[in-house]
Formats: sequence, structure tokens, C-alpha cells
Amino acid sequence: MTAIRPAVEAKGVSRIFQGAGQDAVKALDNVSVSIRENEFFTLLGPSGCGKTTLLRLIAGFDYPTDGEILLHGQDIAPLPPFKRPVNTVFQSYALFPHMTVAENIGFGLKMLGKPKAEIAARVDAMLKLVHMQEQRNRRTSQISGGQQQRVALARALAPQPKVLLLDEPLSALDYKLRKEMQIELKRLQHETGITFIFVTHDQEEALTMSDRIAVMSSGKILQVGTPWDIYDRPAERFVADFIGETNFLTGTVECAESGKAKVALRSGAKILAMAARDFQPGSQATLMVRPEHARLVKGTGDLAGTIETIVYFGTDTHIHVRLDGGEAFIVRQQNSRCASCGFERGDKVGIQMGDGAAQLLKD
Amino acid sequence: MADRFDVRRQTGFASMAMMCFFLLYLPIATLVVYAFNDNESLAIWKGFSLRWFHAAWNNSLVIESSIRSFQIAAIAAILATISATMAALATTRTKPYRGLTFKYAFINQPLMVPEIVTAVALLIVFSRIKIWTGYSGLGYLILAHTAFCVPFAYLPIRARLESMDLSLETAAADLYATKWKTFRHVTLPLLWPGILAGLMLAFVVSLDDVVITEFVKSGGQDTLPTFMLGQIRRGVTPEINAISTVFLALSIGIVTAFFFISRKRT
Repeated sequence: MTAIRPAVEAKGVSRIFQGAGQDAVKALDNVSVSIRENEFFTLLGPSGCGKTTLLRLIAGFDYPTDGEILLHGQDIAPLPPFKRPVNTVFQSYALFPHMTVAENIGFGLKMLGKPKAEIAARVDAMLKLVHMQEQRNRRTSQISGGQQQRVALARALAPQPKVLLLDEPLSALDYKLRKEMQIELKRLQHETGITFIFVTHDQEEALTMSDRIAVMSSGKILQVGTPWDIYDRPAERFVADFIGETNFLTGTVECAESGKAKVALRSGAKILAMAARDFQPGSQATLMVRPEHARLVKGTGDLAGTIETIVYFGTDTHIHVRLDGGEAFIVRQQNSRCASCGFERGDKVGIQMGDGAAQLLKD
Repeated sequence: MADRFDVRRQTGFASMAMMCFFLLYLPIATLVVYAFNDNESLAIWKGFSLRWFHAAWNNSLVIESSIRSFQIAAIAAILATISATMAALATTRTKPYRGLTFKYAFINQPLMVPEIVTAVALLIVFSRIKIWTGYSGLGYLILAHTAFCVPFAYLPIRARLESMDLSLETAAADLYATKWKTFRHVTLPLLWPGILAGLMLAFVVSLDDVVITEFVKSGGQDTLPTFMLGQIRRGVTPEINAISTVFLALSIGIVTAFFFISRKRT
């Protein structure tokens, strides 16, 4: 994050799909975002949130109803896809079945009219980069899914685009291969220095791979930030809910000042929470606590309740607690030597929260 | 009815199927066998001989009309396939719109309209044009054949286009291929089996057309089928059997060749 010059900038971009009847669908609603050079940037959201539409607008497969898309400061919105220095890795890979692996990788350069020797050299370099030298003369139907993925990557990287767009490229791979490819993608981004714009609905994937994440919902960007920002300082309830597991508690704000607020819960317990914005005393607000930021204690804690279920996960244990106010609350404890560390179903327990573990969110 | 329904177990199914096969293949088998009969008669077997093949080969009218048939079929099939390819691209590479179904029907019209109607219509129009222009060459037959071959070429090409993954063309555009280059390097190579199928179908359909040819042809423009029709009017000789047998062998050859070509490509 040295250069602050944006690689891609969307300014007030909307895309409205005219439906069959009167109903028009706003796939993108006045979206503005700035993606930095050499950044691994992720568009994250549930299906139908507009993340793929935004990607298609940047690639040129679709045109915005309104707004500008800038590539290094130049408006590219009116350019057809073949005039944009941007390449895409498709969800279905879209490899050409009538060409070999090497021909697929060289296709973009050939279309650009590069000399044969240059194409050959570049294809060799790409094959090496994705460890596919031995499969160069195979047909794309003769290689495995993971290998097809690598070819799709190499094909998109070969013309040295300014920006690489990745449309859920790992969703067709099984769990282990996906983990491998995640690391591979990070390596490729690091080695090529190309700006990656990655679309996914998998929050874990987004957190582990991205420099920054934009969380989208219903055609809008809700929050842009580093994985830490998104996970630890979500701007609103949707973001906190979509990323990871979270406990939500409703309470009444008693007083709020200088980024902190005191909230009274239904049980009467009072919690000191972080509050990024101003909350009016007396108003209802949602309190969020990540399960791993809370700890069970035998005596009194910030909250009190009864253990309902204990679920063992290997690395950690999830303890479901019914609070005295009636709300459900999950605590995640890292497993050390003891299995449940002396806690049993039905135990009356206290829940201790660390500093800044509780946060007030707007609904 | 507790068991699964299997049509092959229904009463009468087997005998019905046998009857269909019989009606379809027995006459053909007879025709082929009697092509090798060493006798003027079609009914009495005398012995094996190739004399009717010799006779057909030495009959200049047979050779002439065969050459004409192949000329017309080749040119008409190529023209029909080119227009069918363009029509198929235009009707599949577009967003569905009102009137598209009508367009399909319009393109496939020769399959629906009775052939005799087309034949009479063409006869009337072409005879006018003949008077105006004075031209009376093979062009009329080629045009007529092209027109009724289009839907036969169109159907397999459209089927192939519809089953093609559209993201391939998007990917080509993403990789700096202009519309023309995308067509040339991606769409066309993937479309080849469909185009070949359309071409061969159109060729075979043109080759054995009788009705339209009979109406449109000028004097001395007999194709093989109309020549055979003329011969039969004067009584059937085993020479007709011999010609038909060669015709059959050619058709089977073309279809088999196509089968292997298309299997290799996919």
C-alpha cells in the first residue's frame, strides 16, 4: 500500500436491468469505490448483491446505466472489452476446448498481434509460473479441474493486464485444492504485482486473501476496509452478520460519549461498548460480540446465563449459553488440554468480555 | 401397473417394430440384390452379374445427369450452408425478442410448405424471368435447390450454436479479440461439426430431390432422380436398380464419413 494512485475507480455507478414488466432491478445502486494499484481487492457479498455485475462493468461485458469507471484515471466505460487492458478469470474457466493448453495461454497475445517469438517466450514463462510445463500440449479436456484453473489464470495473466478480474474462480474446486489455490493466487499476485479484483461469496476466502474487502449487499457497498476492519470493526449489522459468527444483543443506550457507550440489556446487565458513531441516549441499539472475544467464568462476569449445549470442534469448543435475559449467546474457547475445562451442561456461568469486545452497531 | 412401465413389454410392440423394419429395409434389400441379377426381368433370378452396372456406366445420359446432380447439389449445399450459418448466428447470438419464433418459422418454411406448391410457384416465377433475361442455364435449379436446402442446413448449425458455451466468446473478447477475430478463432472452429452436418444434409437432400427439379428444369437438364423417373415411365430395367444401388452406397458413405469426422472433433 505504498502508491495511493487508484488503479480502478468507480464513480456513482448504477446498473439497472429493465425487467419484463414495469419492474426494474437495480443491480448496482450508485456505487463508488477506489481500488489501489497492486492491491488484492475483494468484492464480497451474498449472491445477487451486485458484485459480479460490478466486475462485468470493469471488464466491459456490460455497460453502466449511470456513472463512470476509471482505469488509471481514464474513463473506460464506453470501451468494448477487447480494448481494455483488463483480463478475466471466469468462474467456469471458459477455456477454449479446441486449443491446447499453450494455445489457450497464448491466445490474448496472438490477438494483440505480438510476434511469434515473443508469444512463445511469454507462454513458456506463464507455464512455468503456474507449474504446467508438462501439460503444454494437452487439450483442456484432458487436464484436471485444478489444472484448468491454473491455465485460466495463466491465460489471463499472459497479456500482462493492468488489472486482473477473478469471478469466483475457486468455487468449482474441492476444499483442499481451494486452500492450495488461495495460497497460489496470493503468490501470483505478489510475483506479478498486478492489481487483483476478486469476487467471492466466501467470507473466509475474502479474509485470508485480501488486502482490502468491499462488502456488498443489494447493489450497494456497505463497507470497504482491511480484513481486520471488516471483521473487528464492522460498520453495520449486515457486515457483522455476514462475516464470521457473531452474537447480537439488543439494548438501550444509557449514555454515549467519545466513542464509548453504556448499554442496558434486557436482564438489566450494563455493558460498556465501543461506539463508532453517535447514539442517542434512550435509543435501542444492537450490541455485537464475537464468540472468541468472550470468556466463560465460574463466578460473576459481565453477563450471566446457563450452559445449554457444548459443541466440540477439535481446535476449539463452542459453548451455547442462554442468558438470564433470554437471549442466546455463543462463546468460543480455544481448546487446550482439558476438553470442556470443567464446564458442564446446565451450569450457571458468567461471561467475561475483554476491552473493546462489545460494539454498538447501527441496524 | 406396479412394475416400471417398459414399452418393449407391451403386447404387439415387437411385431409392430418388426413390420416397420421389414417395410423399410426389405424393399431396399430386394432392390440391391436384383441389381446384380443377370436377367432382363426384375422378378426371376438367373445369376450374379455386374452387367447392369456396366450398362449404367456406359449410358451417357446416366453419367451426364449424375454429373449435373452433383454439380447442383454441391453448389446449392454450399450456398445454403453459408446462408444457414448466417441465419443461425443471427437468431442465436441475440437477445430473445418478440417475433423471433416467427423468424424461426420463416426460415424453416420450406419444411412446412408442400413441396409441390413451392415447385409450381418457382416454375411460374422462373418462366417469367426466363422470358425477360433469356437465360436458361442451371442457375434456376441451383437457386431453387439452395432455397429448400436452407432449413436442412440451418437446423444442425443452430443446435450446435445453442449448445455452445457463450462464455467462450466473452473470454475471447476479454483477450483482445475483435468481433471478427472471435468468430474466426473461437466460434467458427467450434461450429465446424454443425456446419459439416448441415452441409452434408443439404447435399443429400438436394441430390435426391424430384418434385421441384421436375418442375423447374429446362429441356436437357435432367438430374439423376428425374432421369430415373423418366426411365421408369418406359418400364423398369435392372439398370435402374444398379443406379439406385450406387446412389445408396454413396449416401451411406457420406453419412458414415460425417459420423467419423464429427466424432473425432468432439
